[in-house]
Order: sequence, then structure tokens, then C-alpha cells
Amino acid sequence: MFKKVFIFIVLTGFALILFKSYSALNPEQGLNEVATRYAEKGPDEVGAANLVGAVLVTYRGLDTLGEVAILFLSASIIGFFLKVKLEDEKAPRKVRKTSEILATASKIITPVIFLFGIYVFINGHLTPGGGFQGGAIIASGLVLMLLANPVKKVNHSIISVVESISGFSFVILGITGIFLAGGFLDNDFISLGEFGKLFSAGAIPIIYIFIGLKVGSELSGIVSNLQETQKEEI
Amino acid sequence: MILKIIAIILALAILLMAVVAVLNKKLIVSIIAAGAVSLFASVFYLLLAAPDVAMTEAAIGSGLTTIIFFYVLNKIKKDRLENV
Repeated sequence: MFKKVFIFIVLTGFALILFKSYSALNPEQGLNEVATRYAEKGPDEVGAANLVGAVLVTYRGLDTLGEVAILFLSASIIGFFLKVKLEDEKAPRKVRKTSEILATASKIITPVIFLFGIYVFINGHLTPGGGFQGGAIIASGLVLMLLANPVKKVNHSIISVVESISGFSFVILGITGIFLAGGFLDNDFISLGEFGKLFSAGAIPIIYIFIGLKVGSELSGIVSNLQETQKEEI
Repeated sequence: MILKIIAIILALAILLMAVVAVLNKKLIVSIIAAGAVSLFASVFYLLLAAPDVAMTEAAIGSGLTTIIFFYVLNKIKKDRLENV
């Protein structure tokens, strides 16, 4: 009884807070100061057609670096705590047979999904999407592969090598910006090129490729680590 | 007008799925309902002109999180059986 009253009081308080912020909400009739600055000067300064990507990689590049670092930290914590015991590796895992449709379809669809993920992060400066989205799509392709073949072993050394190299190159590119351009993660040290072309926007496509590889390998690492700890199905 | 109707339907579907996820006794149903919340939310983001967020939500929220929850659920079940 007391518990229910307590829950009710907490929910009412929460509703009050939400209602207060809702009634005080005053939608702005245009872009605010910072957004106006980005929207007006962004195309000339950064040269990326996708303004969201330009903001994420250059103006707010430090935040992206922080996000990637947090993702790396969580991936390594999961890998650390889910370490597989040695005797488990010998006994093969007993699994239910996957259906013919899933097994056949995954062979055709998985490469297409990987290709789409790569497309999303290579075109991150032109179309919506970018490194994070492309990496997540690549990891979804790996999930489909593991669904079709649950006992498949994923090579962890490749994943960690790709992850380390791309993270390292991301930071190196950021530091290069300090010396050759305006500041940390400034993309101006490669020629900005023609607006809207694939080879444009300076270093943004390169940085996005590294972010995409890093995020993709981190998420794939999390999924495959969890997959290895599944010994048998019940 | 038609966008508003779609948005209201989507919001109701999100609420319904969230209630199912909280109230259902079976954990598997809860996990799938939570994934469906993310799926509807990603369509909603698309309506709100945020395709970047919609992509992330669809891939991570409804794809990877669901499969990770299933892996963890499978592991928890197994450990519980072994300890009893």
C-alpha cells in the first residue's frame, strides 16, 4: 500500500515537472544565434552539404571524439567482464537449426548491408548519416550474419586492430588540424573542393570513414563478445 | 494534415508498446515491445525531419539493443538454471 502511494507521489511530481516545462515552452520562430551562424557561414567555412555532419565533425568535433571514447570504454568493459573461460571454447554450442529462408537470404543481404553502411559513412558529408550511422548499420549486418549462423566465430584480432588504427588516426587528423588549419579537428588542411561533390569538404570524409570503422568495429565487438558467452540454448 | 494524423497514430503506437513492455509478464514480449518502441520512434524522427537520428535509432535502438537484450536474457536464464 505504502509502496503504491509512494509510486503515485513520484509519478505526480514527475508529471508536474513535465507540465511546467511544457507550459513554459515557447517555440522559437527561427534559428537561434548559434544555428544562424552555422547555417550562414557553414557552407563556406566547411564546405559540407550535410550541415549536421559539418557541425558534428568540425564545430562540435570534440563532442564526437568524446562519444567515440565513451563507446570504446563501454565496449572494452563488456569485453573485459565477459571473458570466456578456456574450457568452454572446445565444446561446440548446440543450437537450433536456422531456417532455410534466413540462411539463404542472409548470404545475399549481408554484403549489401555492409556496402550500404560503407556508403552511408563515405557520403556522410553529402547526405544524412555519417560515421555513427554507418557503423551501426555495419554492426546490424553482423547481427544478421550471426542470426543465420549462431556458432560462427568472429575474428577478434581484426576487430581490435581496425578499431585501434581508426581511433588513432581520428586523433592524429584532429591534431593535424591544429598545426595546418584553424584548430583541433579543423578540416581545412585539405582543399575544400567543389561544394556537393564526393571529394569535397576537406578532411570530413576521411574523419567520417575512421569514425565509421571505429563505431562499426566497436559495436560488432560488443555483439560478438555477447555471442561467445552463449554456451547453449535452453 | 495527413502528417499530423500519422504522427498521432505513431505516438499512440509508441505509448501502447511502452505499456506492453512494462506490464507484460513474459520478458521476451517485453524486449520485442521495447524494440518496437524504437522502431516507431525512428519513423517519428523521420517525420520530424531528422533522418540522422532516425537512422541511429533504427539501427541501434531497435536492432542492436534488442539482440543484446536477447543474448543477456539467454545468459541469465542459463545461470539461474545452473544455480538452482
